[in-house]
Amino acid sequence: MARIVVDVMLKPEILDPQGKAIANELPRIGLENFSDVRQGKRFELTVEGEVTEELLAQARQAAEELLSNPVIEDVVNVSALED
Amino acid sequence: MTDLKDVRVGVVTFPGTLDDRDAARAVKLAGGTPVSLWHDEADLKNVDAVIIPGGFSYGDYLRAGAIAAKAAVMSKVIDAANSEAALPVLGICNGFQILTESHLLPGSMIKNDHRKFICRDQVLRIDTNETSWTSQYEKGQEIVVPLKNQDGQYVADPATLEELEAENRVAFRYVGFNPNGSRNDIAGITNKRGNVVGLMPHPEHAVEPGFGPSSVGSGEDVALRAGADGLGVFTSALQAIINK
Repeated sequence: MARIVVDVMLKPEILDPQGKAIANELPRIGLENFSDVRQGKRFELTVEGEVTEELLAQARQAAEELLSNPVIEDVVNVSALED
Repeated sequence: MTDLKDVRVGVVTFPGTLDDRDAARAVKLAGGTPVSLWHDEADLKNVDAVIIPGGFSYGDYLRAGAIAAKAAVMSKVIDAANSEAALPVLGICNGFQILTESHLLPGSMIKNDHRKFICRDQVLRIDTNETSWTSQYEKGQEIVVPLKNQDGQYVADPATLEELEAENRVAFRYVGFNPNGSRNDIAGITNKRGNVVGLMPHPEHAVEPGFGPSSVGSGEDVALRAGADGLGVFTSALQAIINK
């Protein structure tokens, strides 16, 4: 069994309140060098057998039609997961 | 159809829906007949209008409203809303999120800009009464209804916002205080034909005098109408159907 990874991020122009909250928290654990944090979503789609071009195309379709909302999010990565 | 009671308004229940009973009660208080619709059945039971109530459908997993938008009942709602008959559809709170995820309404909702859940009595202005769900209000009329949400910040790209404003499709606008950072103070919008309306605040919680927030200070005049500002949303749809 293999996996395909789909990464989804909020569009750059959309404010990310969760990322902001995380950014505010980092100095409290002593990390001062991160000026901004953006939080995204990672999906792992498991397939039987090898990851083929056709399965990648289906993963891209899943990413566009269900896993992301194009109004607020970008699909930034669809790729086979190297074990 | 001449009797309000003959108007059947479907109220959809998804797993995680919270306000379906309030919505059904609002329909009843407005004079109509509420009909329960189940998320998993592709059957609208011959209703004359549909309300998608608030809550946290499917736990708001993935994105608020994203999974509900793919439910069996929604495929029927989408077809009926887009049909020539233009079924009146109202989405409240999570229901509004479901309507945007269903592409019946443009834009989307993201987390409130202040990152907190908010619950308050909210002043709204009716910016257009040319919809199935606002026709009983005066244009420019201000109402007060409860608002309660976490993902209530309405966003859309600049071109969509421009189109909504130019086509007079902002149905409800926040007045005095923008509770979530919504673009252009938008609380609710309509589609081009005016049959589909979505809003974040909750008119179904302000349908009975004495039990909803009051819009106008204090005094005897207030006592008669105080707390029922949201009722017009439901009477509007019933009247629109009767007048057809």
